[in-house]
Amino acid sequence: MDILSSLMDGFATALTPMNLLYALIGVLLGTAVGVLPGIGPAMTVALLLPVTSVLEPTSAFIMFAGIYYGGMFGGSTTSILLNTPGESSSVITAIEGNLMAKAGKAAQALATAAIGSFVAGTIGTALLVVFAPIVVQFAVSLGSPSYFAIMVLALLAVTAVLGSSRLRGFASLGLGLAIGLVGLDIVSGQARLTFGLPLLADGLDVVVVAVAIFAVGEALWVAAHLRRTPLQIIPVGRPFMGKQDWKRSWKPWLRGTAYGFPFGALPAGGAEIPTFLSYVTEKRLTKHPEEFGKGAIEGVAGPEAANNAAAAGTLTPMLALGLPTNATAAVMLAAFVQFGIQPGPLLFENEGPLVWALIASLFIGNFLLLLVNLPLAPVWAKLLRLPRPYLYAGILFFATLGAYSVNLQAFDLVILLVLGTLGFMMRRYGLPVLPLILGVILGPRLEKQLRQTLQLSAGDVSGLWSEPIAIVVYIIVALVLLWPLLFKAWRRARPRTAAAVAGGTVAGGPAAAGSTADRPPADGPTASDATPANHGQEKS
Amino acid sequence: MTSLSSRLKGRSELGVAALLGAVGAFVLFDAVRLVVPYSQSDPVGPKALPVIVGALLLVCAVMLAVNVVRGGHADAEAGEDVDLSHPSDWKTVLPLALAFIANILLIDWAGWVISGTVLFWGSVWALGSRHYVRDGLISLALALLTFYGFYLGLGIALPAGLLEGIL
Repeated sequence: MDILSSLMDGFATALTPMNLLYALIGVLLGTAVGVLPGIGPAMTVALLLPVTSVLEPTSAFIMFAGIYYGGMFGGSTTSILLNTPGESSSVITAIEGNLMAKAGKAAQALATAAIGSFVAGTIGTALLVVFAPIVVQFAVSLGSPSYFAIMVLALLAVTAVLGSSRLRGFASLGLGLAIGLVGLDIVSGQARLTFGLPLLADGLDVVVVAVAIFAVGEALWVAAHLRRTPLQIIPVGRPFMGKQDWKRSWKPWLRGTAYGFPFGALPAGGAEIPTFLSYVTEKRLTKHPEEFGKGAIEGVAGPEAANNAAAAGTLTPMLALGLPTNATAAVMLAAFVQFGIQPGPLLFENEGPLVWALIASLFIGNFLLLLVNLPLAPVWAKLLRLPRPYLYAGILFFATLGAYSVNLQAFDLVILLVLGTLGFMMRRYGLPVLPLILGVILGPRLEKQLRQTLQLSAGDVSGLWSEPIAIVVYIIVALVLLWPLLFKAWRRARPRTAAAVAGGTVAGGPAAAGSTADRPPADGPTASDATPANHGQEKS
Repeated sequence: MTSLSSRLKGRSELGVAALLGAVGAFVLFDAVRLVVPYSQSDPVGPKALPVIVGALLLVCAVMLAVNVVRGGHADAEAGEDVDLSHPSDWKTVLPLALAFIANILLIDWAGWVISGTVLFWGSVWALGSRHYVRDGLISLALALLTFYGFYLGLGIALPAGLLEGIL
């Protein structure tokens, strides 16, 4: 299959007026929900699932792609203008971005974020075009044992690497897997965890679970701690950049992209680590070190590019392997299933036109974001002034509507409330949400691969490691699980170097990178004991 | 008793451990209850994953309890609109939950237009808005718009309930 001609066909599909309109709706909606607190792209896609079931799958995914990139863009706008980042991936952008805004350079900060997002998103999508087919070629040769191993790796990596507390991550994963078990077992037809209720026999609808945990849980949580004093929003005009700003931005954009894409494409994806690495790198390489801590443009350009490149990278395992590593990708995977499309390596073969139209629409969406959002920045800033009672009442209203319209039964709303309360509790006690959602979505698929594997080996457990790739993946799993112990041992052996490195760079590893994220990284090792709760959480 | 209650003070996270334990125990119990004849085509059977998940939850419950008793605690999630300096405000959350429950009870009988209006109006009130008339009009408009939007645009007929025939 010729990639280029497939991509051109994809553009032909995506550029029809109707699909272009859906892409535009997608980016506008995505940016709006990215800007608004309490609501994000994953939840928006989940809410739209029942509504989009009347559309062509291609149009629906073109819209979802717009929401995905738009949400990323909106998140950075909020973090620059408010300094209270809603998602972990824009924490780093918020550091210098908000300082720039306070110093009267909001327009430049927004411009470098927007143009950097465009550059990184476009390069990231191009890399996706190159790498996804290669991954597919490699993946079609894999059997159930390897898939099972890769899924185990993705679940464990997201649980153990992201977030502040591994223990609480695993608790969340366990709850998610348990929710995924509800319903009739596909193979044997046995009812599991149904409490004898026939309404639970089909299992819990992913839309209902996602909306409950993301939307209802968030609305209840914010209601319990609603900020009574209005936030300080920095007024902004039309974003623009001077010659000097361009000169200082383009290298950080490219370096940020180089960090972001590979991290996003890994099974433990996520944008925290690459944005952090990008920040540290720019701080070290800058010709204006005196500006760091007062609003340096490099500190916005690099991390923001890394963030968007990571978002593009995440789509590689999602499209090529059917393996989501962030919340939005997880819900998009659920959308594939709803449209009767089997995700996995055969996706490119079976649904080639759809996938290539989706990828083409990522390029288009990126371009639309740049075109639409530079002039619209002041409008988005106004959106932040929406009275909070209306915002959160609206979230509950549309959550109810979305969940109810799946099956038109009030019982789903009871589940929505019960799981919403669970979502509230998870936020109160620092349980990350992402492992739960991935557990719900990947759990049943994991079980299917496990059963296929042992069916092939006629019940022999060694069937699990009957493929070389599976063995490699299990070794990586072991490393991921043992990493904190290894790191501790290493630090004990060489206390001084380790402490110095942990404050500044890579070797601090995911754990240190995450925990220093909420404060300027210059705070160093002391910060790594604190555990800011929202990291590892992506606004959903 | 006083020493026990003082030791438990500020340790509400133990409730999370208890919940994890309860869910884990239930998952295990439910799995044990399954009877499956051994089948060549499905050697794993429907029991294996529930047993693993139940065990995982029980282990997490115990470890979390130990962690909390030793003084470990998680930080609540921050956010743009979240102010963690004051404790949970139940005077907002409970009316909000009541508005939600009212909608569940009303939706099939009174129909979406009425129950949705109640839901939005009640939520806005719970969250602190006191523009009764304006909020009421917005609520009604939203409910009507979504009702007709879903019916005409998507072909999904939300329940009309009491207003059957009028709408």
